[in-house]
Amino acid sequence: MFSVRTGLLAALSLALCSALALAEPVKVGFVATLSGPSAPLGVHMRNGFQLAVKELGGQLGGQPTEVIVVDDELKPDVAVSKVKGLLDRDKVDVIAGVVFSNVMMAISKPVFENETVLISGNAGPSPLAGKGCSPYFFAASYQNDQVHEIMGKYAQDQGFKRVVLMTPNYQAGKDAMAGFKRHFKGEVAEEILTPLGQLDFSAEIAKIQAANPDALFTFMPGGMGVNLVKQYAQAGLTTKIPFLSSFTIDETTLPATQEASIGMLSGANWAPNIDTPENKAFVAAFEKEYGIVPSLYAAQGYDAAKMIDGALKATGGKVSDKAAFRKALASAPFKSVRGDFSIGKNGFPLQDFYVVKPVKRADGKYETVTVSKVFDNMTDAYAAECPLK
Amino acid sequence: MSTVLLVSQLLNGLQLGLVLFLVAAGLTLVFGVMDFINLAHGVQYMLGAYLVAMCVGFTGHFGLGLLLGLIGALVLGIVLEWLVFRHLTRRDHLEQVLGTFGVILVVTEGVRMIFGTAPLAMPMPVALSGSVTLFPGLNYPVWRLVIIAVGLAVAGLLWFLVHRTRLGMLVRAGSTHPGIVSALGVNIDRLFLFVFAFGAMLAGLAGAMAGPLVSVEPTMGDNVLIIAFVVVVIGGIGSIKGAFVGALAVGLVDTLGRAFAVDLLRLVMDRSAAATAGPALSSMLIYVLMALVLGLRPSGLFGPKKA
Amino acid sequence: MARMSRLRSPGAIALLVTLGFLAALAVAYVQDSTYWMATLARMAALALSAVSLSFLVGQAGLVSFGHAAPVGIGAYAVLIAGEFGVREVMIVLPLAFAAAALFSALTGAIALRTRGVYFIMITLAFAQMAFYVAASLSAFGGDDGMAIAGRSTFLGERILRRDHGLALLAIGLLGVGLFVLGRVTASKFGLVLRAARDNETRVRALGLATYGHRLAALALAGGVAGLSGALLANQAEFVSPSYMNWHVSGQAIVMVALGGAGHLVGGVIGAVAVTLLDEAIGHYTEYWKLGLGLVVVGAALLRGRGLLRRIVGGQHD
Repeated sequence: MFSVRTGLLAALSLALCSALALAEPVKVGFVATLSGPSAPLGVHMRNGFQLAVKELGGQLGGQPTEVIVVDDELKPDVAVSKVKGLLDRDKVDVIAGVVFSNVMMAISKPVFENETVLISGNAGPSPLAGKGCSPYFFAASYQNDQVHEIMGKYAQDQGFKRVVLMTPNYQAGKDAMAGFKRHFKGEVAEEILTPLGQLDFSAEIAKIQAANPDALFTFMPGGMGVNLVKQYAQAGLTTKIPFLSSFTIDETTLPATQEASIGMLSGANWAPNIDTPENKAFVAAFEKEYGIVPSLYAAQGYDAAKMIDGALKATGGKVSDKAAFRKALASAPFKSVRGDFSIGKNGFPLQDFYVVKPVKRADGKYETVTVSKVFDNMTDAYAAECPLK
Repeated sequence: MSTVLLVSQLLNGLQLGLVLFLVAAGLTLVFGVMDFINLAHGVQYMLGAYLVAMCVGFTGHFGLGLLLGLIGALVLGIVLEWLVFRHLTRRDHLEQVLGTFGVILVVTEGVRMIFGTAPLAMPMPVALSGSVTLFPGLNYPVWRLVIIAVGLAVAGLLWFLVHRTRLGMLVRAGSTHPGIVSALGVNIDRLFLFVFAFGAMLAGLAGAMAGPLVSVEPTMGDNVLIIAFVVVVIGGIGSIKGAFVGALAVGLVDTLGRAFAVDLLRLVMDRSAAATAGPALSSMLIYVLMALVLGLRPSGLFGPKKA
Repeated sequence: MARMSRLRSPGAIALLVTLGFLAALAVAYVQDSTYWMATLARMAALALSAVSLSFLVGQAGLVSFGHAAPVGIGAYAVLIAGEFGVREVMIVLPLAFAAAALFSALTGAIALRTRGVYFIMITLAFAQMAFYVAASLSAFGGDDGMAIAGRSTFLGERILRRDHGLALLAIGLLGVGLFVLGRVTASKFGLVLRAARDNETRVRALGLATYGHRLAALALAGGVAGLSGALLANQAEFVSPSYMNWHVSGQAIVMVALGGAGHLVGGVIGAVAVTLLDEAIGHYTEYWKLGLGLVVVGAALLRGRGLLRRIVGGQHD
């Protein structure tokens, strides 16, 4: 309730501020999944973005800013409709956000056709990183494969010989398997694809137990991850078969899985304990504002706002000069909470990636902490295919 | 395929079936007694999980919290019946679908506003949180065994209530000859209230039992509702026996489908095609089962033979 | 009363609805609001789907809880034809109609063996199957869905590329759909459907085949829903299994019931009301579904067969 009300208040006060300033405000259309089982991801990302705008006094690049938040409901066709509304009716200057890759792929076409800049707060589908890269696209997040590659590399480094892979049966799931296998050279004992939105993993857990691999790699975003983590822990497998994951254990799911997640590992580009002054300030401010521990989605949302802010400052607050705005964005003119952060030629960042594990804090809340750095200042696998200079 | 794997998959199917039975039991009785189609039954399941999670967190004791939560679910069932459902019982199905669909929207959004979208932690007794060795090579989570036990106990209790008590007799009679029952001076509305609230509590119990296994969030009832409908319709509307048989059939078909569809498909197609087609086929299986049953027996397995 | 009943002739109603939509489109065009033109196209497409469902529910008494399936099949017809390089409206629309009608007829042949709640649920089951089949079509995006190759062309011209072109097509189809379904309703065929809805035994006793009539009604309504799906696919330029989500079927029922199932035009009213509610509340709060839910529950409780009856006031079955 608390977070909701303050969120609304922030939005209201933003709207008021911009009306009072009588200037033409910068308009940001923010697309996030805010309903359904995956809503926590969108809520974190939006909260991170709005926190940054609030800290900047309701301004981006010194300009009064209006953030129009829409819920994509995780339905690509709904997202397209709403984004067209943002472009045509609200005449937004920038579109930001987007949690899921299928939504990103659906909206990218109308946004690019409208020659509007699109800044991802999370989704980083491979088509937009490689041949289909666009001068209008920038990611404050990562390229999807990278996070899976972390676990593949980690499994290889640990000397695991046989692994079982399990992901939902959709494109992102298959991409996750491909990303894992890029650096893992051992044997894949079994690849299990599960229907999207599955509740009960008992059948799969029994299969994994029977296969008895050196490790399990899984990618189960949102509620599916919560279910799997709880059921895996109850089956007593955590200590027997190491649980390597991506987008399964983070601060959006830890409030629900809590103790069950201890001992499991995940890949990430951020964790609350990353030691930069910006990060310390961000984590403290986020917890104070919303009463919950931020996740990587929150950090990326926060960075996305800072990125727009930095670019607008570089262009003197003008959005109308799109070429200058894009050029400014490409230079990543801000200090990321993640530390190392620059933008490659395809609009995707170069950054560090870590293996993280969940821990219980002294105050009873759970958060992830870095275990080891797996990739340093890494660029994604598709950047070379991008024809942009 | 090893015996151990088969046995554990059968147990999994049984456990899923029994959770579905808890949800479907109330649904089928409400259907049967009042010819009332209640889409909002999944919401009761979700509310049960939330209430129990909240009460356990508040009291710090699982048993006490469970009891309080279930009483809460019962009370909420009565309130919803009083506010909305009793006004819809004598309408046509279209208006019932409309009204109860609206209740889903309102309650789901209401819970989202109060608790937020983040999934809730569902505390459970430490003693029941691990796994136990049933026989060599087969470790099975204790909580799933608890669900099986609770499900069977409730099934027994319901059988007793429906077949051995006066109230049960009225419920059975009401589902086949509502006119005669009310002509005999039985207050059908009060019967409905009782059946409805009891059904809501059972759905809440199902939510509470499933809570430690699944993500407790506002839309958790959606999928369960649809599957519970499949169960009710396969079993035949109004029949507790039908709901029980239907629930076990759906639970087993679903679990075994997920467990073995890919392996079976590999016999007829190549590995990667099977890996993709398997999940699609297994998620469709229960609907195929339902279409088959209804195609052969239009009133379900144990439904009354009225047109 | 005589004037009233003339106003209710299928032609007059179709014309009124068409003119109403055209007037709104003209305003949007003058204002140069591509957003509202796109929304009108979407609204007209949803109305077409609701009208076809209203025909089933109100006239034939067949409460289908799987109406999203033929809509989605129409949308996939556009996507799949486009992947094979076919984008001509004159081919794509008949294809969408035929595919959706075929699906409705095949599933209907089994579903019609059941009655009442069983029928509601078996139509849902078939729609869920269609959903999972669509989700497994990895060549066409699988669960994620995919963007269509481009909007359909009309006799080779790309007039649907602009939103007002698409809106004109949608409004035209809505008008034709209302007219045709209205004429069917008023015909002997429609009379048999209504009579069978009210008293099946009597109709059978008269020697009329209720099964055949209902099957034909299902196929016709399914085909029209397919057209609606083809329009929606063109509007969003994206097709995914979420078109066939059971929530979409539920929402179609809400539209029909909200507008009043007694008359086909109730579908139009319901579709417009729900879309506008989404717009009006959705723009201010992320909790717009709470508002919609309250309206829906209120509408169900406050008796009446929907908005239409309270506006027009009369009985019309």
